[in-house]
Amino acid sequence: MELSDTDRALIAAVQDGLPLVAHPYAEVARQLGTSEADVMAGIASLLERGLIKRMGVVVRHRALGYRANAMVVWNVPDENIEQIGRLLSGETYVTLCYQRPRRLPHWPYNLFCMIHGRSRASVRRCLETMIEAHGLHGIEHEVLFSTRAFKQCGARYGKFAMPQEPAGSAHG
Amino acid sequence: MKQATEQVTLLNTPLTLTALEKTLLNDYQRDLPLCASPFDEIAQQCGVSTEEVLQKLRSLQQRGLISRVGPVFAPRRAGASTLAALSVPVDELDAVAGFVNGFDEVNHNYQREHHFNLWFVVAAADQDRVDAVLDTIETMTGLPVLDLPLERAFYIDLGFPLWS
Repeated sequence: MELSDTDRALIAAVQDGLPLVAHPYAEVARQLGTSEADVMAGIASLLERGLIKRMGVVVRHRALGYRANAMVVWNVPDENIEQIGRLLSGETYVTLCYQRPRRLPHWPYNLFCMIHGRSRASVRRCLETMIEAHGLHGIEHEVLFSTRAFKQCGARYGKFAMPQEPAGSAHG
Repeated sequence: MKQATEQVTLLNTPLTLTALEKTLLNDYQRDLPLCASPFDEIAQQCGVSTEEVLQKLRSLQQRGLISRVGPVFAPRRAGASTLAALSVPVDELDAVAGFVNGFDEVNHNYQREHHFNLWFVVAAADQDRVDAVLDTIETMTGLPVLDLPLERAFYIDLGFPLWS
């Protein structure tokens, strides 16, 4: 999807969060030299076009005690991937659910989801519940717990922000 | 709204959050009002003053419990990116992770428990630059890169329930 210069300037201005003041959109407008109404309309448009998924409080899971983070990878028959992808993405503790290519023979998995929990045990329980609830017993999968974060930040390209692909952690 | 301070113990780290803080963390991850005074609206819903809401949000941010109040972007609508993995000998892991971190285009880099033990995201303005970064990493480390670009995202992102 094409981004206009106006979109890019707006994204750059709000990517690190809104100013925590009584009239945040007016403050962003002042920075951009535009009007409060234009800023609100611009954000509404980014939301409508799906470029912004949500606007709100972006929590840090690890700081809040959600320290266990597992990437669960599945080898799903191609004909079932849409159905299973939708099922998994609707699960409460699944924060991301993506289809990616297999790389045979080294990598047979084509569906990735991220599960966060307060402990490894709670993540495993959550996964077992999901497998039970959706009858996924026959689907080959592996659980990759993270042990260290070497780097965790949003993607930036010079002056303008680009929406990043969140891989390791949850949002933000 | 109840203002009593509640002690929430998470793992071994006691984290003290007020009822208002818990509400802000849990209930306002999406649908921030798109009106001139969004924090006024939240304050009214919580039965507190706007200044109290703003002060709590600033405090949560200062304590590192929230990264921001603002947008969460959808992946790969602009530019190019991929999820990549390496299988690194354990005694070389720190050095290789440090080398990978050195690229501005790398924005997440995690060790995971698996034969493929280093996972990172490469994002750049175009595919050529993503490929160039992967090529350089492959050449300089001598390790084959597993390149797993996003093909489709399934998500219903309603935020994350912290307390149900």
